[in-house]
Amino acid sequence: MSVAITADKVVKRYGDLTIIPQLTQNIRNGEFFTLLGPSGCGKTTLLRMIAGFNSIEGGQIRFNDQVINDIPAHKRNIGMVFQSYAIFPHLTVRENVEYGLKLRNMPKDEMKAKVDKILDVVQITEYQDGGQQQRVALARAIVIHPSVLLMDEPLSNLDAKLRVEMRSAIREVQKQVGITTVYVTHDQEEALAISDRIAVMKKGVIQQTASPHTIYTRPYNVFVATFIGHSNLFKGRIEESGGSKAVVFADGFVLPMNNLNEAAKVGDDVTIAVRPEEFSICGEGQGVKCTIKTKVFLGKYITYGLDFPDDMLIPDQPAIEFSQDLGHAERVLDIGDTVYLKPNAAKVNVFMADGSKSLMEGVVENE
Amino acid sequence: MNKRFQWDFWAWITLLSIVVFGLFLMYPLFSLFASAFQDAVTGEFTMENFTHFFDRKYYYQSMINSFSVTTCVTVLAVIIGTALAYFMTLFKVRGKNIVEICIIISLLSPPFIGAYSWILIGGRSGILTQWLAGMGIDFPSIYGFAGILLVLTLKLYPFIYLYVAGAMKNIDSALIEAAESLGCSGIKKVVTIMLPLITPTILAGALMVFMNAMADFGTPMLIGEGFNVMPVMIYSEFINEVGDQANFAAAMAAIMVLITSTIFMLQKYVVNKKSFTMSSLRPLPVGEMTGVKNVVMHLCIYVLVALSMIPQLVVIYTSFLKTNGSIFVDGYSLDSYRTIFESLGTAITNTYLYSTAAMAMIVFLGMTVAYLTTRKKSWLTDVIDTLTMFPYIIPGSVLGITLLLAFNEEPMLLSGTAIIIIISLVIRRLPYTLRSSSAILYQLSPSLEEASISLGASPVKTFFKVTAVMMLPGVMSGAIISWITAINELSSSVILFTGATKTMSVAIYTEVIRASYGTAAALSTILTLTTITAMVIFFKVSGRRDVTL
Repeated sequence: MSVAITADKVVKRYGDLTIIPQLTQNIRNGEFFTLLGPSGCGKTTLLRMIAGFNSIEGGQIRFNDQVINDIPAHKRNIGMVFQSYAIFPHLTVRENVEYGLKLRNMPKDEMKAKVDKILDVVQITEYQDGGQQQRVALARAIVIHPSVLLMDEPLSNLDAKLRVEMRSAIREVQKQVGITTVYVTHDQEEALAISDRIAVMKKGVIQQTASPHTIYTRPYNVFVATFIGHSNLFKGRIEESGGSKAVVFADGFVLPMNNLNEAAKVGDDVTIAVRPEEFSICGEGQGVKCTIKTKVFLGKYITYGLDFPDDMLIPDQPAIEFSQDLGHAERVLDIGDTVYLKPNAAKVNVFMADGSKSLMEGVVENE
Repeated sequence: MNKRFQWDFWAWITLLSIVVFGLFLMYPLFSLFASAFQDAVTGEFTMENFTHFFDRKYYYQSMINSFSVTTCVTVLAVIIGTALAYFMTLFKVRGKNIVEICIIISLLSPPFIGAYSWILIGGRSGILTQWLAGMGIDFPSIYGFAGILLVLTLKLYPFIYLYVAGAMKNIDSALIEAAESLGCSGIKKVVTIMLPLITPTILAGALMVFMNAMADFGTPMLIGEGFNVMPVMIYSEFINEVGDQANFAAAMAAIMVLITSTIFMLQKYVVNKKSFTMSSLRPLPVGEMTGVKNVVMHLCIYVLVALSMIPQLVVIYTSFLKTNGSIFVDGYSLDSYRTIFESLGTAITNTYLYSTAAMAMIVFLGMTVAYLTTRKKSWLTDVIDTLTMFPYIIPGSVLGITLLLAFNEEPMLLSGTAIIIIISLVIRRLPYTLRSSSAILYQLSPSLEEASISLGASPVKTFFKVTAVMMLPGVMSGAIISWITAINELSSSVILFTGATKTMSVAIYTEVIRASYGTAAALSTILTLTTITAMVIFFKVSGRRDVTL
C-alpha cells in the first residue's frame, strides 16, 4: 500500500565529497512528487537513496513511520522505472511483467488476471518503440503494488512527440493507481505538466517545494525564478510611495506594490524579476525605457530581445526578453524601436538583493 | 547505512578466486622463483643456477634459438596473415567460407600434430622424402629450425588473419573515400591509411603468436631434434632423473617468464599508445580481381590453405593404414583404432572428462569473477583482476612444473591426480573467459539488475536470474573455444600426467615418441573430429563465423 516518505536530515557522501548535505523533505501519500534540477544537482542520487541503490551516510529516510535506511533494496517494495527502460531482453513482455509477481509466489490464475489488468491499464499494444517499452516497464513496476513508484528520467530517451504522449499516460496511470510517486527530471516543462508538487534542487539542496503553479508564479529565490521559465532581473530599491511600498528601478521608474511582505524594508536594495510576458507596452514615462535589439517570430508570440543600460540590470544574464502575445498586440515593434514597457505589479517578484529569498507575501520555501 | 562487511555470496566468490589464483598460481610461481635462487644441495641462496645457464653455450644457445625461431615465426605469420586478411576482405575469393573454416580448424588443432604429420611427409622415412629419393632427388631436412618455422608459422598465421580480418571489417569505407578525395590512391592508400589503422590489431595478434610460439613445447620436441629451445630444455632438465636439476630448471623457467612478461608489457605499452576504437557504418567494398592477378591470388590462397590442412589430412589418412609395429604396410585397416580403444580408452575419457570439468569451472568462475571485478570494484577485486593477468605470460610447461613442485608433498599432495590437471586447464584458460565476460558485462546496463532488485529479487538471485542468463550465450561460446584448447592441451599436461591421468594429446605425444605412428594418427583423428564438432556447435551457439581467442 502506498506510503508517505520522509527524508530527515539526509546526507550523501562519496569519500570526502558531500553530494547532499542534510536534506529534509516530506512526500505525501499518493502524491506525484517531482525532483527537478540541473544535472549534477543530486536529484537522481536522492531517488536512488530512496530506492536503496545508494547508501545513506546520515539522517533517516522513512516510509510512513518505518526507517528504511538499513532495509536492502529488494525488501523495500518499490517500483522503479529507469531511463534506459531496463526491460529484460531475455524475457517476453508478459514475463517481464510477471517477474515481480513470481518472486512473490503469486498463484498462476491470480497472476494472469493481474497482468492482464495492468497491461490494459498501461495500454500495451505492440512491443517496439521506446514508448511501448517504457509502458511495459511501468506495468512491471506497478503490478507488484509497490509502496512507492520511483521514476528516473523515464522519458528522456524518447522523441518529443512520444514524450508528451507518455507524460500524460504516466500521469493518468498514477492517478488511477493512486500511488506515491517520486519522479526525477531535468525537463521543467515535463515537471510542470505532470506533478502535484515539484522540488527544485541545486547542489544537493532543495531550493523550493511547491505546486507547479506556485513554483512558476511565486518562486522562492532567483535560482528558481530563472531555472523555471525565463525571468528578467533588474536592480531596484524599496521606497515609500503614496502611503504604501513601491519598487523603484535604477532609471527612476516607480512601480507601486501591495503584496510585499514584512521583510521588505523601505530603503533596501532588491532584485526585481519580471517574466517576458509580464511586460506591456505603455506610454512615455509609464514604464521602463528600452530599445528592441532582436525579434523572433514564434507564431503565437513574438519574442523581442531588449537593450537596457547596464546599470539597470543584474549582471551576467543570458537575455532580457519581452514576449508579446499576438492575440492582444495593438502594434508590432521593430528592431531599433525605443519603447516603454510597464511591468505587471501583481505578477512581478521581488527578492532580496542577493536573490536568496522572496520578499513577496505568503511565499514559503516548502509549501 | 554503514559499510559493514557482510559474509555474502560475493564474499565467498572473492575468497574462492583468491584461493584459486593464490594457491594454484602465485604460491607455486613464487616457490619456483625462490627455488631458482636456491642451491640444490644446501638450500642456501645462490645465483649459481643463473650463472650456470649463461656460462654454458649448450644452455644459453637454447634461449637464442627460442628467440630466433619465435621472431621468425612471428614475422612470417604477420606477413602471411595480414596479406591473407587483405585479400580475403577486399576481394572476391571463391570458396571464401571453406577457406575460413579450414583456417580455423588448423588454428585449433594441436601444433604437435602438425609437427608429426610433417615428419610423416618430409621426415627421414617420410612419404615425400622416399618418393623424391626414388627419383634421385635429395629432400632437404625437415628437422630443426626449418621444421619448427614451417609448422609453427602454418599453425599460427591464422591468429593474425582472424585479428586483422576483424579489424578490416571495422574500417569505415568513408575513411578510404576521404583519402581518395584528398588525392591518395593505390599502394599509398594502403600504407598511409589502412596499415596504421590495423597496426594495433597486428601488434595484438603478433603478441599472441609470439607467446604461443615461444611457449610451444610439442613442436620443437618432435621436429626440433638437435635444435634446442627453452621449453624443451626446461622440460628435459626437469624430467631428468639424474642429479638435482630441479633448481636449475626453475632458474630457466624464471628466465623464460621474465622474457615473456617483458614482451607482454612492451606490447601493452605500444598498443595503449596507438590504440583507438573504430566502428564502421559502411564496411569496405569487396572488389573483384581480374586476369592473371586473380589467378595468382587464388592460387596463393589455395596453396596456403592446402599447406595448413595437409597435416590434418595426412593424420586422418594414416590412421586407416595397416601397421606392423611402427611401420606402415600396404593396405587399410581399423587396427589402430582397435588398439587405442583397447589400451588407451582411458586417455579418451580422461580428455573429455577433464576438459568438461575445467569448462564448467571456467564458466562459473569466469562469470562470477568478472562480475566482481567490474561491478564490485574495490582494492581487493583490483588485486584479483591483476592476478588473472598472470597466466597470459606463463608458458604451459612452466605452469606444469610450478604446480608439480608445489603440490608434490603432504599435506597438499595433488600430483598425479586428475584435480591438478583440471586446475592447470582452468588457470590457463580462465583469463580469456574473464576478459570476454567483463566485456559483455560492460555492455549490460546496471539498470537491468536494479530493475530486478526493485521488483524484489535479492542481489544474488538477480545475478543468477538476470545477469548470468544474459551473459551466458557470450560466455558459452567462449567456453567452447576454451574446451577445444583444453582437449588439445599438451605443454602442462605432459608434465603433470601419470599413467592413470593420461589425456589424448599426451598419449599422442608418447605414441609418437615410441614411433607408434598408427595409434598416434588414430588418436589425432579422434581429436581433430572432436575439435571440428565442437566448432560446429560453437558457430551454432554464437551465430558467428569468426573466432576470438
